[in-house]
Amino acid sequence: MDSPFLSNTTLSFSSSFSSSPLPHLFPSVSFSPVRFKSTQRRILTVRSKIREIFMPALSSTMTEGKIVSWVKSEGDVLSKGESVVVVESDKADMDVETFYDGILAAIVVGEGETAPVGAAIGILAETEDEIAEAKAKATSKPGASTPSAPAPTAASTPAHPKSTPANAAQTVAEGRRKTVVTPYAKKLAKQHKVDIESVVGTGPYGRITPEDIVAAAGISPSKTNEGPAVVVEARPAAPTKATVVSSAPPILPPPVPGSTTVPFTTMQAAVSKNMVESLSVPTFRVGYPVTTDALDALYEKVKPKGVTMTALLAKAAAMALVQHPVVNSSCKDGKSFTYNSNVNIAVAVAINGGLITPVLQDADKLDLYLLSQKWKELVEKARAKQLQPQEYNSGTFTLSNLGMFGVDKFDAILPPGQGGIMAVGASKPTVVADADGFFSVKKKMLVNVTADHRIIYGADLAAFLQTFSKIVENPESLTL
Amino acid sequence: MHSICSQATTVPISNFASGSRSPALAFSKQVNLRFCGLRKEAFGFSGLTHSCSSRVPFSSRGYSKKISASAESNGTPPKSFDYDLIIIGAGVGGHGAALHAVEKGLKTAIIEGDVVGGTCVNRGCVPSKALLAVSGKMRELQSEHHMKALGLQVSAAGYDRQGVADHANNLASKIRNNLTNSMKSLGIDILTGVGTIVGPQKVKFGKVGLPDSIVTAKDIIIATGSVPFVPKGIEVDGKTVITSDHALKLESVPDWIAIVGSGYIGLEFSDVYTALGSEVTFIEALDQLMPGFDPEIGKLAQRVLINPRKIDYHTGVFATKITPAKDGKPVTIELVDAKTKEPKDTLEVDAALIATGRSPFTNGLGLENINVVTQRGFIPVDERMRVIDANGNLIPHLYCIGDANGKMMLAHAASAQGISVVEQVTGRDHVLNHLSIPAACFTHPEISMVGLTEPQAREKAEKEGFEVSVAKTSFKANTKALAENEGEGLAKLIYRPDNGEILGVHIFGLHAADLIHEASNAIALGTRIQDIKFAVHAHPTLSEVLDELFKSAKVKAAALNHAPVSEPVAV
Repeated sequence: MDSPFLSNTTLSFSSSFSSSPLPHLFPSVSFSPVRFKSTQRRILTVRSKIREIFMPALSSTMTEGKIVSWVKSEGDVLSKGESVVVVESDKADMDVETFYDGILAAIVVGEGETAPVGAAIGILAETEDEIAEAKAKATSKPGASTPSAPAPTAASTPAHPKSTPANAAQTVAEGRRKTVVTPYAKKLAKQHKVDIESVVGTGPYGRITPEDIVAAAGISPSKTNEGPAVVVEARPAAPTKATVVSSAPPILPPPVPGSTTVPFTTMQAAVSKNMVESLSVPTFRVGYPVTTDALDALYEKVKPKGVTMTALLAKAAAMALVQHPVVNSSCKDGKSFTYNSNVNIAVAVAINGGLITPVLQDADKLDLYLLSQKWKELVEKARAKQLQPQEYNSGTFTLSNLGMFGVDKFDAILPPGQGGIMAVGASKPTVVADADGFFSVKKKMLVNVTADHRIIYGADLAAFLQTFSKIVENPESLTL
Repeated sequence: MHSICSQATTVPISNFASGSRSPALAFSKQVNLRFCGLRKEAFGFSGLTHSCSSRVPFSSRGYSKKISASAESNGTPPKSFDYDLIIIGAGVGGHGAALHAVEKGLKTAIIEGDVVGGTCVNRGCVPSKALLAVSGKMRELQSEHHMKALGLQVSAAGYDRQGVADHANNLASKIRNNLTNSMKSLGIDILTGVGTIVGPQKVKFGKVGLPDSIVTAKDIIIATGSVPFVPKGIEVDGKTVITSDHALKLESVPDWIAIVGSGYIGLEFSDVYTALGSEVTFIEALDQLMPGFDPEIGKLAQRVLINPRKIDYHTGVFATKITPAKDGKPVTIELVDAKTKEPKDTLEVDAALIATGRSPFTNGLGLENINVVTQRGFIPVDERMRVIDANGNLIPHLYCIGDANGKMMLAHAASAQGISVVEQVTGRDHVLNHLSIPAACFTHPEISMVGLTEPQAREKAEKEGFEVSVAKTSFKANTKALAENEGEGLAKLIYRPDNGEILGVHIFGLHAADLIHEASNAIALGTRIQDIKFAVHAHPTLSEVLDELFKSAKVKAAALNHAPVSEPVAV
């Protein structure tokens, strides 16, 4: 787009700004009040001799404007054409000038406040005699969209009674102790209409800090989170079939000072929801040591062909599940078994601060190489946040492997909608004695399955694990 | 402490301009804007080969006749000289002059009593740019709204104070080494010690405890620079009441710091401190903040740089007494109304930064030996930087450049003055056009300017009877600025519609400091608007802000027929 061939058009584009006869289309360049003056927009309307200054419509799309600053103060004498106020529209900041001579009797909408287009933002009196009348008019006007009325000083700061006897005594004792307010505290107080006099400073040397004002205004202090720490696209992380009424929010402990609150990303929120839902399922766990020397040997052989350990374990689990369909079933309603015709192994993966479970569908039917290839694709898609829903929520059994971290055994939480989840630890050399009493060193890996006891009982799981163990210990079948 | 180079930030009269200091400073003094620039040579570049000239026998010079001629008028002039040129002070001004002198074939020495690089490199523009680079990045990372608009998510940004301080310090030493090496490699003698003028064309230098040496030179340039100005009543302890010298070391980041003076130094430090989490209170003697800037730019800058930040201010007040924090008490600042002299307020803060301008560093220079009387410390010079003695006569072979003469307290102005002097002593008359020297304030966004402000231009126009027009463009219409989501900004051109002469350009916006040079070069070269408006700018760039600015100027038809400055060449 930086092509020199385009520069002609761009030139004319930008120069059209400088000589733009279309102020209502491009008010942003209209920095000069002069141009604005020449348009037909009228800011003031005649209302006897007291006139209201209205929020002008500075662009065709403007519905409200913010007062950036009042160029003139109350009581200033204005002459026609003078800038009175700077208004920020949705497009630009513009000086707005008066079309009448007079005195700025009252400012209705203060700096930093907003008002809808057409609302009175100030009152213009023609002579000094009318100022009082104009002011009365101004106070009778509740201003604009923001609470400009200086109402709730006492009400908003109930915590700090203005003049209890004790306070008074203290004041006397300290002599003419002045109120010290930090610059930001002052700004906040103005913004939130907090009466500084009513606030007790808790900062160094008794000064009033921004925190004091925030407390007095009753604003939650942890509003200033800096946004989530990780970038994850919105997408539920796991199946959410079970319906559990989210319990009432617990009473939160007061925040530790200096802590920051970072809201969940969509994925993290989905994880959280699923984890809470899992509490409604009665689960139990069975562990089993599996010797992996043979599996490791096989892995070394097939690794050059792109087979991963994840694929090997998923395949082994799938083959064991075929023989134990109950472990592949799920309990949807608390009254029945739902047997799944497919063996879909979901594998938990940590990605960018989130957690997702891409699913190897029909893991029992696909061969190792296809499975490995499929897995690679899924991980790439997960990283690119392009997984389709059926690619992460169609699992019937979940595999979670923390062995690469050196974890020897751990306990997984059963995802809603599934019957079991297998937690795989690291494979470690272990001294074992065989039936004949000979010692040897074998690599052992502890697997720990969490299951829904409504449908899967201890013997079911034990039998499943035994099968799984046999497959792993004699892994030739995996390659068939 | 012999330091040169101009870093002074505020007009010295900005805050304490009452009785003793004449508030009615001439206009030229008002231009005491300082900023800092290093010549390219500082970074090791040199177009010269080593064999060049510095060892060429003196008599072979074409201008040697002039020396003997001028010697007559000098009382007791040496018959021959150790050097062609001696520069007292190795700041940016002295450095610029020295490099140009070598280029012109002069045998040159530079005397430095402190560290090479002077204020700019060691205690001014250079380390402050390091801090400002940090503050700019912090500001960006902290602006949730800005980041969101770009589609970015950033977790809480934090900083390590010592790491930031080290960055500033490392930058200063790197630039200092570059400066030193660039001079050494060209064969410039760096003489260590405090330089004192003992007579015409004669300088003494030496360190405490060592015998002084006396050297002679055909020409001498004083470039001793300036030091922070601390008004009386203010007790600087270097910890809680500090000057820019201390602040640049960033030994602490106070919760609340008062900055006395809202000129460049004050403004830049407010940018640094607020980005690092401090709250700031400005104390300004004049009725409005940022005196010295074009009022319109100042107004906009205040709306962007002051109002939305954790800053408040007291204007029209003097800080008559500042007491450092001690015995469990905070820093106290007594404010007095600038006009009525009535006590107005007392502030209690955690720290105070004195940024009330800079004083020339001219004590101990031996000016009495040559009958020169300083004016408020500044050495009087004419438009060719020639030093004027107490009787109003020019002193032959003696020049003063940079902050020490007070003409324009900017590092690059000192350097330009030095180059101008070298041009003169090598036989080419040269007068520097100070109105073509740009100045910049490195806040976020930046402010830059060259030439006259609008009120100055209108005053001049009234006197000389010409018409003044103003053109403005907004950064909001610039593609590149919008792409960066930094559309806040304004460029303003003050010009003569009758002949297209550029009188002044003021920019507030993204990279304003880099953008100003198109305008300053145009002024320096005398390029008129009707010619420069045909120059092409790459699209989309920020430079198109100026392109549009020039194109939006309305130069009268009569001026359009005059021949351009140089004929275009077809290639």
